[in-house]
Order: sequence, then C-alpha cells, then structure tokens
Amino acid sequence: MSKKVLMKGNEAFSEAAIRGGCRYYFGYPITPQNEVPEYMSRELPKRGGYFIQAESEISAVNMAYGAGAAGGRVFITSSSPGIALMQEGFSFLCSAEVPTVILNVARGGPGIGTIQPSQADYFQATRGGGNGDYMIPVFAPSSIQEGVDLVYEAMELSDKWQNPIYILTDGILGQMMEPVVLPDQVPFVDSKDIRKHKPWAITGYGDDDSKKNVVKSLRLAAEELEKHIQSLFAKYEKAEKELVRVETIDIEDADVVIVAFGTMARIAKEAIELLAEQNIKAGLLRPISLRPFPYEAFNKISNRTKVIISAELSMGQMMQDVKLGVNNRFPIKLLNRTGGMIPTPLEIAERTKKIFEEIGG
Amino acid sequence: MTSNCIFVPEESFLDELKRKTIITGHYGSGKTEFAVSLALKFARNENHTDSDNVSLARQWNHPPVSLIDLDIVNPYFRSREQRKLLEENGISVYGSVYKKEIAAELPALGADIKAPLECSNTKVIIDAGGNDTGALILNQFTKYFTDDETTILAVINANRPETSDINGAAEHITAIENITGLTVSYIINNTHMLRETTTEDILSGLELCKTVCKKLDKTLLCSCYPEEIITPDDLRKLQEHEKNLMPLGLYMRPTWLK
Repeated sequence: MSKKVLMKGNEAFSEAAIRGGCRYYFGYPITPQNEVPEYMSRELPKRGGYFIQAESEISAVNMAYGAGAAGGRVFITSSSPGIALMQEGFSFLCSAEVPTVILNVARGGPGIGTIQPSQADYFQATRGGGNGDYMIPVFAPSSIQEGVDLVYEAMELSDKWQNPIYILTDGILGQMMEPVVLPDQVPFVDSKDIRKHKPWAITGYGDDDSKKNVVKSLRLAAEELEKHIQSLFAKYEKAEKELVRVETIDIEDADVVIVAFGTMARIAKEAIELLAEQNIKAGLLRPISLRPFPYEAFNKISNRTKVIISAELSMGQMMQDVKLGVNNRFPIKLLNRTGGMIPTPLEIAERTKKIFEEIGG
Repeated sequence: MTSNCIFVPEESFLDELKRKTIITGHYGSGKTEFAVSLALKFARNENHTDSDNVSLARQWNHPPVSLIDLDIVNPYFRSREQRKLLEENGISVYGSVYKKEIAAELPALGADIKAPLECSNTKVIIDAGGNDTGALILNQFTKYFTDDETTILAVINANRPETSDINGAAEHITAIENITGLTVSYIINNTHMLRETTTEDILSGLELCKTVCKKLDKTLLCSCYPEEIITPDDLRKLQEHEKNLMPLGLYMRPTWLK
C-alpha cells in the first residue's frame, strides 16, 4: 500500500486499473472522463502497457474485445453517450466471455445532454442496451477510495467470471480530488504465460496444435445458442450471489430510510445529520452493487419505518429496484434532481421532512 | 500577547504581489482556492482603503479587484463558479464569455478580459489552468505581463503524486516557464489533504518547497493552511517554522464532500 496521496478521481481510477494489472487501455475523449485517457496515455506505456486512442467508442470496445480475447487485462472508459455507443460491444464481450473492466464517468442526458454529473445511466448500466440475454455486474462507488478499490478488484473479478465488470461513477467523482491510498501493483502477466492463467485465450498455436482456441459470439444453431445462454446464466446466478454489496446506516430503527448510491448517497449522509437535528431518524441504504441489487438488505428495515425514499440524480430509474426490494412493505417516494443538477444536503433534508410529515410521521 | 491569544498571521508578504498576480501550478495544487481566497483578501483590504487607485477604479465603474479565470482545462470546480460570492464582495469576475453557463464546455474568452489587464487602477488575479497545458493560455496575453507590474506564482502541493518530490515539483515549474516564456517569481507551499490536512502535511511541504526554491533559485512567498481545519494550537506550531502564513477557505468544496 502507498502512503496517502491527493488525487483526482479520474487519475486515481486509472492508477487503480494499472495497479490491478491492466496492460491495455483503449479510449476516446469525452468530458468528464478525459483525465482517464490522458493519464493512461502518459503512464501506461511507461509501465509496460499499451495505450491506443481509438477513432470512436465503438472502435475502443472492439479493441478491448480483441485484446481481451487474446488474454490481456483490459480497461475501457467513457461517459454516458460514449458508453451508449459501446453497448453493442458489451453484449459481444458477455457472449464471448471476454473479461474487460468498464468505467462510466456519467454525465447528464438524454442525448448529448450536459457535462454535469448524473445517475440517469442506471438503466443503461444495469439493464444494458446491448442485444440478447446477458448480464454485467455493476458497482457504484461513492468515494474516490471506494472507486479505486472497486476498479482494482474488478480487474480480478472480470478474469474470475470471464465477463465484463462495470463501474458506474459520475462527473463529481471523476473530477473531484480526495485523499486516497493506492493498492500494491499486481504484476503484469507476460504474454508467453497467458495460457497458464487463461487457457481459453487466443494466443496462437506456437509449437502445439492442441492450443487452438476460438473466442466468438456467433452461434448459428439455436440449440447451441440456447445451451450457451443457459451456461452463461448459471454463471451469472453464482456471480450474483457473490457480488452483492451494500452499506446500511441505522436502517433497523429509522423513521425514514433513504436509498441512494454514489454521489447522492454522499449528500444523503449529511442530510441524515440535518434530519436528526429535526428529530427525524433517517437511515441510509446504499447499494454498492447496482447489479446484483441488494434486495435482501431491505428485509432489515424495521416495521416502525414510515416511508422509503429513493434519492436519485435521475427521474427514478433506481426506484424500480427499490420497489422490488421493499416488496410492498412501505410506501416509496422519489426524491430526485436530474439533468446535471445536484441537490444540497439541506434540500434533501427539507424534502425528506416534508414527505415524512405528509405521510403522517 | 497572552498564552490564550489566538495568533493571527501577519500577511505583509502579500505586499510583494504587484498589480497583476498570475497563479500557476499543477492541477490539484489548490490554485483556485488560493485565487478565490486571495481575491477576497484583496477586496477586503481595498474596500477599507481610500487610495487614489481605488477611487479612480470606482470612478470608472470598475471594481478595484478583478479575478480572471483562465482555467480551460477543468470542466468542474472552476473559480468562476464562485462568481456570486466574489461579486458580492466587490470583485469582478472574468472567464468564459458564456458567463451564466458554467456547465458549458466552451472555453471561449471574451475581449472584456483585457479591461482589468489594461485598467491600471485595478488589482488583477489570474487563475491559470493546471499544468503547463493549462498555463499555455497565458501566451495570448504576454504583452500585458511586464515585469514592473506582474508577479507570477507557482503553487505546490506536495501531497499530489506528481509534485511530491523535488524533481517532480521542479519539472512542473520549469515546464510552465518553458511553455509560457514567463519566469515564476515566487513559490507557494499549499500542501494539503483537503479536510484531512495536518500541520505535518504543511511542514513536510514546506521542506520540499524550500529545497525546490534552492534548486530553481526561487523565493518561497508563503505557506497556506485551510482556515476551518487548522486550530489555534496548530497555527502556533506552524508559526515556529514559517512566519508567512496564508489562511485559505474551502470555497470550492461542498460540505458533503467530507
């Protein structure tokens, strides 16, 4: 572990990827994630890796597909509309079981939208816009340190599950500075040793004909494709059990439980302190994994709770998962800003108080 | 002074700053917080002064202190986001021509930026973008940066990985000088860890900055400390090592980013 340093989110996530063993990065500029390709272009070649600025996000994801299929540890990043372009490739990566770590430093949409932060890519990340039956685990950090730890771990998880892992952040987390402790460097796997780690990878015949591997997403025979999808979903089922992550604060004894992730959870934490001053006991349920969503954590909310608030920087995309978690036990209200707007802790506290009073709390 | 008296640092070192102060440094060094705090300090001083300059500036309907935000590198956390606070304190703010559109990715500078540079009765603080790439924008205003009225500062935060050692910090300053053709007059030690800043951070940064000054033949102007974090006891400890201390507000940091 390094000593604590002060880093910008985008730089820290990039460094975490390198330290997690990322040797290949492909990207295309878009605000507010530009410091990532900038950092990778400067640092990755120095450390024995490869940086390529692709001609578009579509190219970047397909370069990732190629390098990942050849057994490399790959990192690709973009921001909302750029991620939208990559989604065709995400479906291919899942079908072909190619590990890749994806980072979205999200901005306001729809369309070209704004460069200000947003959580309106919730559906895009958790449901996905690629075709077919596939699933990508999604993690949402709410601090730079947590983002660093998740990107670093995602490199390993992606290899383990032979599947992309998606880290969903936003412009605030990408652009702000925070003290951070960086993890130790995972050594790069030498090209000649890739087969030992990834026996499925395309590494050429060498002197052994038995090494012939094919990595593909094309399966024309319906029987073959169905069997493949069933095997993917058996894998997803196992992964979902292992990858659920959640932070809860005082949800066992709260008047109101705020459900929020990422930046919004950060603001909600201060709002909870303000609500305590008003004698309203608010708890926080912070999903860290958005897929798998921590549905079971909602069972810990006690019956004395009057209302669940889904606090989001979107028009209520996460609320659909909150409804599944709440399972009709409590009323659910949306507390949101969107389009790049960020509420203050005071705004969240006041709106929560109003909702609580209206519900008869 | 009794032992209970809170030590208030003397800021006479700010008298070294000429009419135009250019603030450069690595991004994340704290240039913007320094620029905003310096502008507010100047404004407070000027508002209590009846100097000819101030009255002349007011006569021409121009505030005696101006802040020019030339940060075209960062999309967030730019000093022009504090326009309201600054203007309420009598500071005119110049930045993108799209004044109300801080969210725009349009680093277009208006011709009005030249007003405070040409008006000899206003104090100007110029917040350049980070690194040498951010400082590049200064080149189009070179004719205004004459030695007789310009002070160029380089802000160093030793907790930023790229400027945490002598070579890294020195290379950053040299790169900024090379790309702008300007000579850094003073180094500012702004070693911090946001709300986790300790006196040890500031003092270790002080040692680094002193060494960088020796290496590059520069002068250290002052060390900064976050006003809301450092206690009176901490301040006394700092004073034992550094008499030029500049308090900074955390204007750019929302409270929920603890």
